[in-house]
Amino acid sequence: MKLIFERGEEGQGLSLMPACDVPVVKPQSGYAREDKLNLPHVSENELSRHYSELGKAVHGVNDGFYPLGSCTMKYNPKINEAVAALPGFTGVHPLQPEETAQGCLEVLYDTEKALAEISGMDSVTLQPAAGAHGEFTGLMLIKSYLRFKGEKERVKIIVPDSAHGTNPASAAMCGFEIVNIPSAPDGCVDLEALKNAVGKDTAGLMLTNPNTVGVFDKNILEITKIVHDAGGLCYYDGANLNAVMGVVRPGDMGFDCIHFNLHKTFSTPHGGGGPGSGPVGCKAFLADFLPGVRVKKDAEGKLHASKSPKSFGNVKAFGGNFLVVVRALAYILTLGKEGIPEAAKNAVLNANYMQACLKEDFDLAYNVHCMHEFVLTLDRLHRETGVSALDLAKGLLDNGIHPPTMYFPLIVHEALMIEPTETEPKETLDEAIAVFKQLKKLAYENPQALHDAPTKTPVRRLDDVKAARTPVLKYKFQ
Amino acid sequence: MGSYVPSSGTEREEMLKKIGVATVEELYASVPHEMLLKSLNLPEGKSELEVSAEMEALAQKNTIFKTVLRGAGAYDHYIPAAVKSVTSKEQFVTAYTPYQAEISQGILQSIFEYQTMICSLTGMDVSNASVYDGATAMAEAVAMCKERKRTKAYISATVNPVYLDVVKTYCSASNTDLTVVPAKDGKTDAQALEALLSDTASCLLVQQPNFYGLFEDAETLGNIAHAAGAKYVICANPISLGICKTPAEYGADVAVGEGQPLGMPLAFGGPYLGFMACKESMQRKLPGRIVGETTDLDGKRGYVLTLQAREQHIRREKASSNICSNQALCALTAGVYMAAMGAKGMAQAATLSMSKAHYLAKSLCTVPGVRMVYDGDYFNEFVTTLPQCDKVLSALEKKGILGGLPVEEGVLWCATEKVSKEELDRAAAIVKEVLA
Repeated sequence: MKLIFERGEEGQGLSLMPACDVPVVKPQSGYAREDKLNLPHVSENELSRHYSELGKAVHGVNDGFYPLGSCTMKYNPKINEAVAALPGFTGVHPLQPEETAQGCLEVLYDTEKALAEISGMDSVTLQPAAGAHGEFTGLMLIKSYLRFKGEKERVKIIVPDSAHGTNPASAAMCGFEIVNIPSAPDGCVDLEALKNAVGKDTAGLMLTNPNTVGVFDKNILEITKIVHDAGGLCYYDGANLNAVMGVVRPGDMGFDCIHFNLHKTFSTPHGGGGPGSGPVGCKAFLADFLPGVRVKKDAEGKLHASKSPKSFGNVKAFGGNFLVVVRALAYILTLGKEGIPEAAKNAVLNANYMQACLKEDFDLAYNVHCMHEFVLTLDRLHRETGVSALDLAKGLLDNGIHPPTMYFPLIVHEALMIEPTETEPKETLDEAIAVFKQLKKLAYENPQALHDAPTKTPVRRLDDVKAARTPVLKYKFQ
Repeated sequence: MGSYVPSSGTEREEMLKKIGVATVEELYASVPHEMLLKSLNLPEGKSELEVSAEMEALAQKNTIFKTVLRGAGAYDHYIPAAVKSVTSKEQFVTAYTPYQAEISQGILQSIFEYQTMICSLTGMDVSNASVYDGATAMAEAVAMCKERKRTKAYISATVNPVYLDVVKTYCSASNTDLTVVPAKDGKTDAQALEALLSDTASCLLVQQPNFYGLFEDAETLGNIAHAAGAKYVICANPISLGICKTPAEYGADVAVGEGQPLGMPLAFGGPYLGFMACKESMQRKLPGRIVGETTDLDGKRGYVLTLQAREQHIRREKASSNICSNQALCALTAGVYMAAMGAKGMAQAATLSMSKAHYLAKSLCTVPGVRMVYDGDYFNEFVTTLPQCDKVLSALEKKGILGGLPVEEGVLWCATEKVSKEELDRAAAIVKEVLA
């Protein structure tokens, strides 16, 4: 595919800007640009076709099955897109007077209330822009609370070795020391390891439940109690909330704060990597420390935004990824009290069905009923045929299926983590199961075919080493 | 109840049978029984028509101003129709992060093109694929510049106060010492800066044009920072770069900024776009995703996520940042915007915005009691005094005009290419009428 810089000709362009109807003012020489500005020079038709061509070389949820573990690639409803495009939302300036933005404030208010109810928390901020940003925010809540209480010696955050990479990275950004604890053989928290890890220096624990191997930790109440008894706080990574929303609440498991991923659980699109939204909920004793503003309703139903004097500040300019929140609210309104647990239960049903079918041909990392996702280990297949998890994943590409998450969690060898989500029909699952089984057969019959995969995609396997050794990170203009 | 679950009752029964359980509830056996929720305290689910009506009713509760004379970090620029059309393509909207490069070339290439355009715009060597917004881009730049023996960050008091607040939060998190360099006449006080900088200075952060719209003496400030051995970070307004000196021309090591003006609507504050670019020597300290060019097995050109050893999924607690999800679709938007505008369009938008702001300033200052607070050169924002500020702004609002933002020093006004001379004249006339 041509780059946009390789299209069109100098002098070409769209006619977008009018003539200036006031006296022209330009920056004085000390402030004026001298460097040539190299940008594309294309007609509107060329521009449009260029991006259509790029679009054809992208696989979205709309294009096929996307069982990407821990990412919850569910269907993105069209009504959400429609309401997020309403001029009554897109045209509001973030700093316009409160009384002229009552609709936006109501969106925030309603979404905060719904998320608090779903998570069993008391307060929610919608300011964080993504899951990792939510983790940063939640950890800052913990840090601010401990500072307020004068417990400066609590500097350690405990993270299981099965955790998402963002957990330790967020803790490090908040100036915490990270204590990694190994998982028990069943993939859950090793209670002894946890007991040994906690102490007077414990600030808190970060945990995903169900965890990254797709198992709900049955000891959850004991886990949160161990941390609380040691004086630490419990942080819930909401990446896997889709398995349990409306069924069981992090707040009732003993967690003090949580981040949500609206772009996973609440059906907002991933946009090729973002924007997401990572609201943070917390129990009442942490609420005053939340960043940004809180929206409150007065006796007349008017909404007001105000900041707590104890708030630790802002994690982002303005109120967050507002249009993502609008989409999530539309989703919550659509599903309602019955639809939310129905979605969770069907996510779990779909995952268990795929697991039950695939375990006939593949090894499960943990042979138990799973929640919304499960992990295959291709260790044996790799040893016997030389076909790795990566090879199998590349084979899926040729069959129009986005591969599962590969090589994660780190505690499982040759891992493929599969999360079908509730929005896939049985038919799609059956087709995918058949493809997985075919590929396994192929691994034994003709492993080279899988080493060579994919062959039907716009490009074949790409040279990552070359990209990193001799980085070419932008187009070089003539 | 609305639902996006497609399987039928019969299919669900078949699936349960295959799993070997009688009910879905059995699959939740590991959840302590007393913890199971009886019912959510939420309204019942609704049909699409009801949801649509409810959301529209909420949208209608907002006032949409026809004329926006307020900026302060969110700018009402024209968005070309082609931008909206391209960025609503479902492949781009519904795809995940392009980890599977073979089926993500469209997204990867669009990011590579975006990186190239951000480098062109700022004059820098390397751009990442985006961070959350301008404020977090500034905060990430502080982390990027930190070195073992250089740990103290300096930031000008003339940056957007919300950005300052976010930088303070990030510095407080990482226990980074942050010094605010005072302002003098609306600009960074160079003398004070010189006196404040120490040999442990890691970086200086300056906004150009600054929060008050004024052009900083950015070259001088950079020289002072570099003389002290600190890195120099400029937060730039991307539209201004159509005609204004680039961060690179001022000697910056890192350029960051808010990309919202590049095709994103005001949208009550987001989603916006944080852009970040730097000199080649610092590329391995850039946070977030970066796309690089390479070849496939057949030697065909292609693109991949690269230099990933900086990132959290590889390095965990040693990563340069925790960022995972970024603002990819917004970066695509900015890329399409810049491609649609071209160098000429970017220069036009910048010149129109600057010219209209100067016209507005001149018109407002003919009203008795209204004068410029600072006398420096400015781009498309400026601060005036405004007697009876609340009364004037509310009179403007009644006529569909969002006036300037009240700030400590007066009122911060803004103009873009979208406002016509007629609208500007009307706004000035209303101010005159109220104050008469």
